[in-house]
Amino acid sequence: MSVLVYIENWNGKFKKSTYELVSYGKRIAAGLGGELSIISIGNVDETELKKLGAYGAGKVLSANTDMALDDKAYAALIAEVANKSNASVVVMANNSTGKALAPRVAVKLNAGLVSGVNGLPLSYQPFVVSKKAFSGKSLLQAEITSGKKVITLSQNTAGVEEFPGDVTVEPVDVSAVSGSVKVLSSDVQTGTILLTEAEIVVSGGRGMRGPENWKPLEELAEVLGAATACSRPVSDEGWRPHHEHVGQTGKVIAPNLYFALGISGAIQHLAGVSSSKVIVAVNKDAEAPIFTAADYGIVGDLQEILPKMTEAFRKFKANA
Amino acid sequence: MNILVCISNVPDTTTRIKYSADMKEVDYSGVQWIINPWDELALTRAIELKEANPALVQKITVITAGRADVEATLRKALACGADDAIRVDAASGDSLYTASQLANAVKGDAYDVILCGIESSDYNNSAVGGMMAELLDYNSVSAVSSLNLDGNTIKVTREIDGGKQNIEVAGPVVLIVQKGIAINPRIPSMRGIMTARTKPLKVVPATDVIPASRVVSYEAPPAKSACKMIAPDHIEELVNLLHNEARVI
Ligand SMILES: Cc1cc2nc3c(=O)[nH]c(=O)nc-3n(C[C@H](O)[C@H](O)[C@H](O)COP(=O)(O)OP(=O)(O)OC[C@H]3O[C@@H](n4cnc5c(N)ncnc54)[C@H](O)[C@@H]3O)c2cc1C
Repeated sequence: MSVLVYIENWNGKFKKSTYELVSYGKRIAAGLGGELSIISIGNVDETELKKLGAYGAGKVLSANTDMALDDKAYAALIAEVANKSNASVVVMANNSTGKALAPRVAVKLNAGLVSGVNGLPLSYQPFVVSKKAFSGKSLLQAEITSGKKVITLSQNTAGVEEFPGDVTVEPVDVSAVSGSVKVLSSDVQTGTILLTEAEIVVSGGRGMRGPENWKPLEELAEVLGAATACSRPVSDEGWRPHHEHVGQTGKVIAPNLYFALGISGAIQHLAGVSSSKVIVAVNKDAEAPIFTAADYGIVGDLQEILPKMTEAFRKFKANA
Repeated sequence: MNILVCISNVPDTTTRIKYSADMKEVDYSGVQWIINPWDELALTRAIELKEANPALVQKITVITAGRADVEATLRKALACGADDAIRVDAASGDSLYTASQLANAVKGDAYDVILCGIESSDYNNSAVGGMMAELLDYNSVSAVSSLNLDGNTIKVTREIDGGKQNIEVAGPVVLIVQKGIAINPRIPSMRGIMTARTKPLKVVPATDVIPASRVVSYEAPPAKSACKMIAPDHIEELVNLLHNEARVI
């Protein structure tokens, strides 16, 4: 009844979401009365791998390879490790990598898959988990009936917990692993805060009136240490890059604090942000549906309010 | 080159979800059905590629697993520009069941590219595309936001956390697509609707597959408490509430 957690790295480093995943796996292993193992694929040094011990990792299997993400090859490797370590539950993140690999691993293990699980299982026997459905309009409980199970965790729904203990790192033989997709080039943001990892997100909609007005929004984000996001029409119009688009057809995020600035609050937009712990909305229309989803609201014109908000938060930060 | 596009039949994205009295099922009465938004974009891109490379892309086939009532959605896909359609006559099941039905129906057929949406807007399980690829033993690339053909070479952009990769991959391949793959979804023209009626729609029987998961029950999401309004000339009150009440800054 052991658990295997697959973790990815960003230039050899882990993130808070990695620690959430590891400590989540630890708690599931405890619930099942089994052991936890971690499989890391990529170039990660021993010091970084050992950090996982603080979150209950126990045993880390490290597949040290330069090979870029190749769905088929990575999935085969994870499934092989799962079989060797007798894992009955395999856990991944519900992000673009997890979405690519979990279904393939599930087929290899002949396991049922539930993605986007919220928090810990509700029961272990039967194995029942909770997740959102209909893009956040419904919650459901699903039972995985197969012997082996694969789940992906919705970020920020389990939290990071510390389980200090010893950790052993074992290499995984990768000599036979080869991929067949060819990466021609990649373009990865550096220095900026990842939207999916950010604790605070400042997001703009069509009410921002045009790309030339984004400077004040970026200033607010900078003061708060926040990532920036936008509604779909804003990215469709090319005012902002596509990777900032949140909502049903864009990214689904769950920050602690989400600012919806000049966003009407269409149901498809809310599908991507309704898991935020706190939502602040600014809109000149007091009837805008965003106010039914928000915790705090200001009715007014952003052209005036946005610079004032930035000023107020700057003052707060200076005194904090 | 032949392209297969997997179509999921889902309630319109603005549908209010209702349940049976015991909360064990969704009540679909009165629901307006649509092509899953990501599948619609996948289909749009396939049609654009065929129009731009008529000598290269021979045929676009759409496939779904479902009972006869999903044929309206398949006809809509044909009206948009697909050449033919397959319906696997299967009841609804979990992702593994659905992916197995689709994979079994096309095993041995010569599709170079299989397109699937990154998720279905009903169960949001992000599973069918990857599962099909594994069942067929094909390569797959997920989170694809652009697709171009350079002769028989398939060039895609994959979105990764905080960036993107440009990738070249050989067919047969399953591409799991997301936003960006096409911008404006194709809408059927009058002529498209007329010709769709006579385009081939093949029905194939379901295969024996045991689902690996099931929905136990549904629940409406908890209601949000009322929004606290702050006067525009009291922004410091917002700062105060976020710090002392919500404790998020
Ligand atoms: C299948 C499907 C999928 C979709 N997926 C998504 C998705 O993933 N994400 C998404 O965001 N949308 C999505 N949409 C679109 C969605 O329905 C809305 O059209 C969109 O969210 C509206 O964006 P908006 O709020 O920026 O613009 P609008 O609806 O135009 O709202 C602009 C708001 O700004 C306010 N405003 C204007 N000027 C000012 C000012 N000076 N000061 C303050 N406020 C001002 C207005 O009162 C208004 O409320 C989808 C739609 C469909 C059909």
